Amino acid sequence: MTFVLAASMRQGDQVNGQQINGQQKRNGRKTVDLDSLTQSNSEWLRGTGPESDVVVSTRIRLARNLAQFPFNTRADDSARGQIAEQVRDCLGDLPVPKVLNYVDVPSLDEISRQFLVERQLISRELAEADGPRGVAFSSAEDVSIMVNEEDHLRLQVLRSGLALDECWEEIDRMDDALEEELTFAFHERYGYLTACPTNVGTGIRVSVMLHLPALVQTREIQKVFHSLQKINLAVRGLYGEGSQAAGDFYQISNQYTLGLSETQVIDKVRSVIPRLLDYERRARTAMLEEKKEQLHDHIARASGILRSAQTISSEETMHLLSSVRLGVNLGLIDDVDISTLNELFIMTQPAHLQKLKKTELDSADRNKARAALLRNRLASDSQD
Amino acid sequence: MKKCRRCSKPATLHITELRQGEATEIHLCETCAKDYLSQAEEMSTPESELQFDQLDESDEPEVSGIDDRVCPNCGITFREFRTQGRLGCPHDYVEFETDLIPLIENIHGETQHCGKLPRRAPDSSRRQHQLIRLRSELKLAVEEEDYEAAARLRDEIQEVENQLQGHDKPEE
Repeated sequence: MTFVLAASMRQGDQVNGQQINGQQKRNGRKTVDLDSLTQSNSEWLRGTGPESDVVVSTRIRLARNLAQFPFNTRADDSARGQIAEQVRDCLGDLPVPKVLNYVDVPSLDEISRQFLVERQLISRELAEADGPRGVAFSSAEDVSIMVNEEDHLRLQVLRSGLALDECWEEIDRMDDALEEELTFAFHERYGYLTACPTNVGTGIRVSVMLHLPALVQTREIQKVFHSLQKINLAVRGLYGEGSQAAGDFYQISNQYTLGLSETQVIDKVRSVIPRLLDYERRARTAMLEEKKEQLHDHIARASGILRSAQTISSEETMHLLSSVRLGVNLGLIDDVDISTLNELFIMTQPAHLQKLKKTELDSADRNKARAALLRNRLASDSQD
Repeated sequence: MKKCRRCSKPATLHITELRQGEATEIHLCETCAKDYLSQAEEMSTPESELQFDQLDESDEPEVSGIDDRVCPNCGITFREFRTQGRLGCPHDYVEFETDLIPLIENIHGETQHCGKLPRRAPDSSRRQHQLIRLRSELKLAVEEEDYEAAARLRDEIQEVENQLQGHDKPEE
């Protein structure tokens, strides 16, 4: 991984927390080189971890607000500036084992903001908001803290595969560590107070991202979602609220944040996962048994297009990559690995392409650049 | 912020509808979403959507005195909250409590936090919360017929109750 800023800290990273914090204090004000991120792969794209044939990643976020400030709807730029400053200042003292580097979002150009959205480090809301705001994240991109989104703080921990407990342990520790430095708005009855009452209480959102191509193809997915909605679990697309379920990726998450403890919320989400995995795997096996040749042909053609197209849209790319990912998981294709495919889902997004090319590209040029990237990555991967 | 699909108020609820495997995002304000969700069960055809659109015409929120109340801390009115779906400051939860409780109950089905507590919370309130959490876990354990867990939880509850009585009287 080539993450320029953090490179010097990685040794200390594993040795001891104090050392890192010392480093972080000196480095806390440096600018993160976003371009270097294009050379690395986020933690959640590793394509490893439990159940990774279906579960892409696990994410937990917590919403927190500083008690002494109004929520962001009523906070002027001066208040938001103070909030950002306070959070930024305490990052260096945080007794957590990971270095968090702060990025000032208003100072970024539009492509860079979009780039962070595509990597799931910030939300679209934060990218498009006004006023002082930012994000702090670890070099592995598995921990991030958004500052001045809908709430003052949105902590997030991501893991590859199904890793609910690991995510919770880490975010719980991070929350405790932040609380040593900051006072969060809290009410005995309503819990952690949030700008929107839909998040009040625990402020927790537990999401598991699943790749469900077989259920989409067999059209059984509808039934599955209907039953999830009945038990108050939400289903969203790859980029959360309002996004399309591109590439057959779906996020399953809790809706209730009050009246259940964090672990109860996690257990509720956890409880549906085995059944979803079972449905998807059974649908995959059935497809394989009933129409292997047809399926193999379909997947091989998808792979062929990705390896040879001269111009290709983002939508078609997502669709074909999803087929190839299914093919790898079914053992029909073995010349590309899941992490390469996961990476390509992100690298072929518009802002990533423009970052890679280091220039603004219109839609037609992006389609050409996307096709070139796919040809290149898929060719080199098969030579490995 | 996205606007409500039914009226022009900002959308506070985002619903993913699935039809024939196609996911459609629907953005609604609180008032429209409530209607939408209560009808969602029966509403699986485009015709019922039409009917819904017509309903919307007469669905203006009632104007009452409550809406004009102002939070002395941040200056937001309850009406503004209803319009934008976001509160202005932590104190709003106290200031607008009577009107927020039904709303919170509607959203979460509960009105009592039983999750994590800030480490700085005073001891007794920490224990009160611990009790609330343990009781809810006990309820769940009994429902799931996990009697081993239930027995353990009962002991823990007893212990916390004793601690509370030893230090300060519980509120009930």
